[in-house]
Amino acid sequence: ESLDGCTLLLQVTEVCGAKRLGYFGTPQFFVALKLLAAAQSGLPVHLESVTANLPLPRFVGLKTEPEMRYSAVPPAADAQCAPGSVSRTPADRSFRHLEANVDKKESWSPPPSPCSSPPRSPLTYRGYSYSKQRNGADAQTAHESKASSRPSVQLERLSSPGGPSVEPPALTRAPSSERLEQDHCDDDPWRITEEQLEYYTNQFRGLQPNLGSLILGTIAKNFFTKSKLPIPELSHIWELSDVDRDGALTFSEFCTAFHLIVARKNGYPLPESLPLTLQTGFTQQDVPDTPGSAEPLIVFEEAELSQKDRSVPESLATTQDLKEEQPGVCVKRATQEKRTLQLGAFPERPEPPHDLDPHMRTKTRPRSYSSTSIEDAMKKAEEPPTPPPRPQRNHSRASSLDLNKLFQQGAPGIKSGWLPLPPALPPRPPASQVPHFINVPEKTVQQPNFADFSHFREEEESSVKPEERGPRSRFGPNTEDLTNASKQDAIGVSHSQAPQKPVRRKYHPDSQNLEAVPPPAVSFATTTKPAPKPSSKQKREIQVAIRKNKETNAVLTRLNSELQQQLKVVHQDRVTLESQLELLRPAAST
Amino acid sequence: MAVCIAVIAKENYPLYIRSVPTQNELKFHYTVHTSLDVVEEKISAVGKSLGDQRELYLGLLYPTEDYKVYGYVTNSKVKFVIVVDSSNTSLRDNEIRSMFRKLHNSFTDVMCNPFHNPGDTIQSKAFDGIVSGMMVQTG
Repeated sequence: ESLDGCTLLLQVTEVCGAKRLGYFGTPQFFVALKLLAAAQSGLPVHLESVTANLPLPRFVGLKTEPEMRYSAVPPAADAQCAPGSVSRTPADRSFRHLEANVDKKESWSPPPSPCSSPPRSPLTYRGYSYSKQRNGADAQTAHESKASSRPSVQLERLSSPGGPSVEPPALTRAPSSERLEQDHCDDDPWRITEEQLEYYTNQFRGLQPNLGSLILGTIAKNFFTKSKLPIPELSHIWELSDVDRDGALTFSEFCTAFHLIVARKNGYPLPESLPLTLQTGFTQQDVPDTPGSAEPLIVFEEAELSQKDRSVPESLATTQDLKEEQPGVCVKRATQEKRTLQLGAFPERPEPPHDLDPHMRTKTRPRSYSSTSIEDAMKKAEEPPTPPPRPQRNHSRASSLDLNKLFQQGAPGIKSGWLPLPPALPPRPPASQVPHFINVPEKTVQQPNFADFSHFREEEESSVKPEERGPRSRFGPNTEDLTNASKQDAIGVSHSQAPQKPVRRKYHPDSQNLEAVPPPAVSFATTTKPAPKPSSKQKREIQVAIRKNKETNAVLTRLNSELQQQLKVVHQDRVTLESQLELLRPAAST
Repeated sequence: MAVCIAVIAKENYPLYIRSVPTQNELKFHYTVHTSLDVVEEKISAVGKSLGDQRELYLGLLYPTEDYKVYGYVTNSKVKFVIVVDSSNTSLRDNEIRSMFRKLHNSFTDVMCNPFHNPGDTIQSKAFDGIVSGMMVQTG
């Protein structure tokens, strides 16, 4: 030992209690070493000095090894360090006095239970000094001493990673990352500390004033791209941090992402899954955010999607989506409304903008694995748009039931093969109207008396109808007009059978109306008084219906021509096949 | 357990193909490519309401003596194709459906990522993880 003066040694042994015990037990040994270090640093030999942040005691005999070790580590200049364990951090701290290199962490496997084995190597003895520090004082003081010694060391260390990044945001990040780095290696690199939290909060506010709302994906993307991390890594970070998978970041998700980015910039490899401390920090931050905003959100959500039964977690997840008060979220809401309107026209998915799809998916996803999730999402999308179209949509859906009834009734000519034809058209809105149109006559067919009588009854009695008849009344005059135009002939009755088969193939709107006409043909004869008193509302309705029908007519005629061509082709094929068959048959017979 | 899983974009170029590496990957690529024809045919023949998830799942596209090919199309015309080994105990339809559902969910997760541009090949570890979980576990 390099101590000169047995007196010192005596003091040490006395202080550490060995004298009392008569031997150097392990705690005593630790304390002794610590005291030696203190003495070598010039501090008085007292128990309090154990708590001080001291260099390791220098032992002459063993000096070479530690020096070699220190010199060996610097070449490993890459600042890769695995998330440190608590026992390693004191090692770092002491190392930093010599070399600001995090890599040392890895060179020291955590001194395992140093209390158990006597010192045999510099490694273990250093371990003892760590544990000594831990034993000698409570963690608080050690922590503080650590903290105090850290900034000076951090500065020199972080100047290097801070250097390459020249962007202003990165620069602002660099000075703060000093503190962050300090806290990184403190207990756990994945734990967000107060300073970090504060910094993240300020950044969040810079992007989005309200802490309770969301940052859109594109905004976050632009922001994080400034960190100059490669895109795949940013993508991975996003995947880790967007826990609710909504394509946007809540405050806690933002903190998580930011923290991961900072960690990555400081050289930590990205974890494969979200570290626990980040997750817990996440949930803790989540709690204050959501309750305050939960109430109005739920109201809003209910107002918008009242008809859907949704699970509670889903509502909570989507309430965040639906929350609107801030500019960023206003954008989101606008996009959402736009999307719903767009989808309301008809659920056309092919080219919606990016945030529309995730939006839609957020609604489908929390509804985990229900087979009707997409379907419900579609229905949901169709709900919000303006009420006038809605009855039509419902009508179309309801009409599917009508079709079922038709099938049961064995309605001739209505076969499944008939149904696919209308939607095969590329343009969707007309396609959507087509089924409506088709369903119109079916509906009237299915409940012709009901429809027409109700309509006529309305005319006659001008009675208030229940809502369901609303659409029907709209369609009632529609068919009525057309039938009047086509001069409802009694042939309609005989056509009921014939036209239905060709109607199946040839979509003549007239024949369809004829088809609609036949059953009520009788009633038609009696009640031919065409809606004489067209109230303005009915007129409007009629005009709207007329317009729509004209469009569908055009569509259907186009479809008709296409199908005719296809039919021709198929016929030709059939003919050729038959002729081949004929050729082969005599061959086979002979 | 699938032998090959592919995600094909709307324009019919692959966004992601992964097959069990021991086998001839080219053969699977070819199979997936030819299955696209069947997918197109099924799409055009699908019923009135394209939003119905029943029609998102296309079912068995065609069986060969070695394997069966199943298809699934999303609302944005992104197609998922799963090739399953016939020698496997034939997977029930529900299992295939659940596989597609999982694929769809993780695909939407990938799409949600603002750093992912639609049309790029999918480079997501989470997605890879899901797909690996579904592939045949060969050594």
